[in-house]
Amino acid sequence: MHPARKQRLILVVLLVALSSVAVGFITYAMRSNMDYFYAPSAFVAGEVPFEKRIRAGGCVVPGSIVRDGDSLDVRFALTDGEAELEVVFNKILPDLFAEGEAAVVTGQLQQDGYVRADQVLAKHDESYTPPEVAETMVGKADCHGDAKI
Amino acid sequence: MSWQWFHRLGSPRWFYQKTSGWLPWLGAASLLLLAVGMAWGLGFAPQDSKQGNSYRIIYIHVPAAFLALAGYYIMAICGAVGLIWKMKLSFVVMRAAAPIGAALTFIALFTGAVWGKPTWGAYWVWDARITSMLILFFLYLGVMALSGAFAREQSGDKASALLALVGTVNIPIIYKSVDWWFTLHQPATLKLTQASTIDPSMFYPLITMIAGFYLFYAWVLILHTRSLVLQREWRTQWVRELLEKPAPAARA
Repeated sequence: MHPARKQRLILVVLLVALSSVAVGFITYAMRSNMDYFYAPSAFVAGEVPFEKRIRAGGCVVPGSIVRDGDSLDVRFALTDGEAELEVVFNKILPDLFAEGEAAVVTGQLQQDGYVRADQVLAKHDESYTPPEVAETMVGKADCHGDAKI
Repeated sequence: MSWQWFHRLGSPRWFYQKTSGWLPWLGAASLLLLAVGMAWGLGFAPQDSKQGNSYRIIYIHVPAAFLALAGYYIMAICGAVGLIWKMKLSFVVMRAAAPIGAALTFIALFTGAVWGKPTWGAYWVWDARITSMLILFFLYLGVMALSGAFAREQSGDKASALLALVGTVNIPIIYKSVDWWFTLHQPATLKLTQASTIDPSMFYPLITMIAGFYLFYAWVLILHTRSLVLQREWRTQWVRELLEKPAPAARA
């Protein structure tokens, strides 16, 4: 290869490598600010600040959904397999929100130990199955793959 | 090692003449695959047990996102080859890839938003996957703007190639974002090293659509490159000859 071309090749490789390193440092430095995301066990351990906007996620505990008769108010519990967290919400829930499915809530931790959510999002997992196949897997599929939330 | 073959590749005239025979085949094959995949995926594949019919957006969303990422590498590598070997054609391909990639990224973002509202409960969330995809969109727009911002074409080539190269950092971030951070976006369904978590009856139309998108991308990229080649080379003898005799090849 021509020496001038070789030099330009080295410069291009250096450019890509150095910018990767720079972006790597920036994301590493911002790691703690990236998301105020907590698992239910972090709430129980007292790691979560009160009345500050935070996110929490986990599996909706089967049987925990309680709807208020006269309003949109709904209460449910999230779990990460270790601890449970009580959530109160007063807007419309997404279609995929269901017992045994993963959900992510944004809200504020109240002094009484529950989260008043202003947004509830359902998290979908990466598996796609037709209804007939899903029926044969009932009971096994609950919140699979979300243990790491 | 001889690099002669490589330099001949860089001739716009050679490229223009070589590719004119490929275009009808590429176009027909890609449209056929897209039509089959679309009918299969939208009409015949079963519903998803949880999402119902809304999952079918996967047949547009996933191939568009694939090509948005792969197309960025094509653009950046062409930029690098142009910088290192001072190859004109390589810069032309880079310029041609930018708007196509931007359109594909927009399709991925838009279909994701349409799907996100019923599934997640929000059109948009600032999670790592979606935000890094938005950055990709801005990178494509940046390359387009920068390549046209100079009076001298060569300056635009160099500047936008540098931006494209720096932006490659974003591609592995997009790809791994669902594993590195907590994201609302689900992790990859199609996996290279493990079994995919999609039922075969839904997978085959998806792979058809992905193949169709790849061919469509190649087709559109070549078409766009050819038109840019003609614009750049209009003063040369071969383009004049091409335009003076109204041969069918000249219309492309």
